[in-house]
Amino acid sequence: MSETAAGPREIPDRLSSPIQRLTGSWETLLLAVAIAVFFVNTMASPYFLDPWNLSDATFNFTEKAMIGFAMALLIISGEIDLSVASIIALASTAMGFAVQLGFDTSALVATGLLVGLVCGAFNGALVTGLGLPSIVVTIGTMSLFRGISYIVLGDQAYTGYPSSFAYFGQGYVWWVFSFELALFAALAVIFAVLLHKTNFGRAVYAIGNNPTGALFSGIRVGRVKFILFLLTGLMSGIAAICLTSRLGSTRPSIAFGWELEVVTMVVLGGINILGGSGTIPGVVLAAIVMGMVTFGFGLLNVPGIVMSIFIGALLIAVIALPRIWRRISKGTRA
Amino acid sequence: MSILKKLLTSAVIAATATAIAGSAHAEDKRIALVVKALGIGFFEAAAKGAEEAAKELGDVEIIYTGPTDTTAEGQIEVINSLIAQRVDAIAISANDRDALVPALKKAMDRGITVISWDSGVAPEGREMHLNPSSNALIGNMIIKLASDHLPDGGDVAVLSASATATNQNTWIEEMNKVKDNYPGINVVATVYGDDLADKSYREAQGLMQTYPDLKAIIAPTSVGIVAAAQAVTDAEKAGEINVTGLGLPSEMAGHVKSGASKSFAIWNPIDLGYSATMIAYNLATDKAKAEPGAEIPMGRMGSVKLDDNNEGAMADPFVYDASNIDEFKDIF
Repeated sequence: MSETAAGPREIPDRLSSPIQRLTGSWETLLLAVAIAVFFVNTMASPYFLDPWNLSDATFNFTEKAMIGFAMALLIISGEIDLSVASIIALASTAMGFAVQLGFDTSALVATGLLVGLVCGAFNGALVTGLGLPSIVVTIGTMSLFRGISYIVLGDQAYTGYPSSFAYFGQGYVWWVFSFELALFAALAVIFAVLLHKTNFGRAVYAIGNNPTGALFSGIRVGRVKFILFLLTGLMSGIAAICLTSRLGSTRPSIAFGWELEVVTMVVLGGINILGGSGTIPGVVLAAIVMGMVTFGFGLLNVPGIVMSIFIGALLIAVIALPRIWRRISKGTRA
Repeated sequence: MSILKKLLTSAVIAATATAIAGSAHAEDKRIALVVKALGIGFFEAAAKGAEEAAKELGDVEIIYTGPTDTTAEGQIEVINSLIAQRVDAIAISANDRDALVPALKKAMDRGITVISWDSGVAPEGREMHLNPSSNALIGNMIIKLASDHLPDGGDVAVLSASATATNQNTWIEEMNKVKDNYPGINVVATVYGDDLADKSYREAQGLMQTYPDLKAIIAPTSVGIVAAAQAVTDAEKAGEINVTGLGLPSEMAGHVKSGASKSFAIWNPIDLGYSATMIAYNLATDKAKAEPGAEIPMGRMGSVKLDDNNEGAMADPFVYDASNIDEFKDIF
């Protein structure tokens, strides 16, 4: 394609040019979808393009996306954590309990983070220490963590969080930019650097592509995976702080079903569910697409089930399209 | 690519179609009826009542909405999109008494009238709450139902849920307060079926054996009333012993037809949706103010008087009998 008529034939040093790679990439497609969703929403509802409304809409995805970043790394490494929503429930319950003991806001935050870390460490130890499959372990801890919340709370709720605690889920950093949105942006940058610019990130990809090969190349596979579970637990703890602060109360059913929404977001973001590939910008775009689609449909009062169908269809399209595309391009070449 | 394009085009078409339909009457008062989850018969019936109220009022557009499953997080997303649409009022049946408070407070801060109905929100998150009925009204209704079909009086027994069930105990207490208003009605026993079908059935059998002159069984629980009606039918005493109390039309339809139950009561979801809409309209148009002691008109349902917590009871529980059971049995 890039061959010129005159002059010596150029021998490519990579499979495709940077521009080709950029235009053909998953992230570009997602960006196009995001722009399309934005455009359609603006056309469809006069209320969409309003700074405050858009700001409110970001709450639809910020907390889930925070967990999604850590989940992306975990899935790239070939593992998964389905207990994230239950970690939120347990961390939130622990914070509610701490309120009854008279803890102040900083101690509450510490409680939430600590419970997240402990839960992550528990998952990580079972997976890397005992060599159990993560999907089975975390289905177990999914029931275990939320079960503890149900035992503690039953049909009761913890309320009475200090008013300064409300900042994390209801506060604004500047104008329409909420604390959650700022945190989401900061974490996106941190995780993008961690995955794409550090040795640790390279190790995560290496493990996902070939764990045995990675082990023989001197990567401490178990340790990296343990850290990833810790990170996922920690991010769930942070999400628990934001969500609890936003709701101003804790019930054991808090964040019910979020694990699947987080995994959906990550897969939609182009993270290979089998491990080995995917990027953080992809997850960021997927989060925005999902949030804006949900909000756009909400503005038109489209029933929730239609949104679920749309997201489901989008997800299947996302996974199927690259394969269909590959098959077609192979077919034409043969 | 083509699948994605098709999806997007159909989304655009759907979106514009809804937008056109939605913006037909821009000057109307828009009242959002937010339910626990879509696709539940009880709430579909409430929406029917809301539409009836809207028709009567004329300048009202009802937005019937709710999440896919009964979560507080789902309702908050719905509330946020309603705030963004600048609706005039939100009438909500809450999935969580506390978690919705911050979102509903924000709605009130932006000038939206917020009331709760059926399942309430904590006082700081709404202007008022509409209960379908009150304990006193329910207590009175269950004995009245028994008395209505016993002009000469007679022995009646109560089949309750568990001995520690707060709701049932309160209702029975309220019933005992007013039973002197029904002369000739003699409450001989109170037994507990623990809201288990088989235990309630056995307790009902026991009552019939112990009190041969028993004329009615009052079961203020939807499990107990069905079990008692079945026990009466099986003992071939349908028509002799009247089973009444609180039950669901869908479960009681057969027993009403067989004559084991002449009538029973429960709140009427259509009236509830109607009343919630009327109240929301009156508050949003400043025709009434939600404050302790206020009386807010509700159209054909009369008016509701608010207590110190800005809560009010809509009406007596609605009575279901052979004349209307067919209409309601498919609803809930």
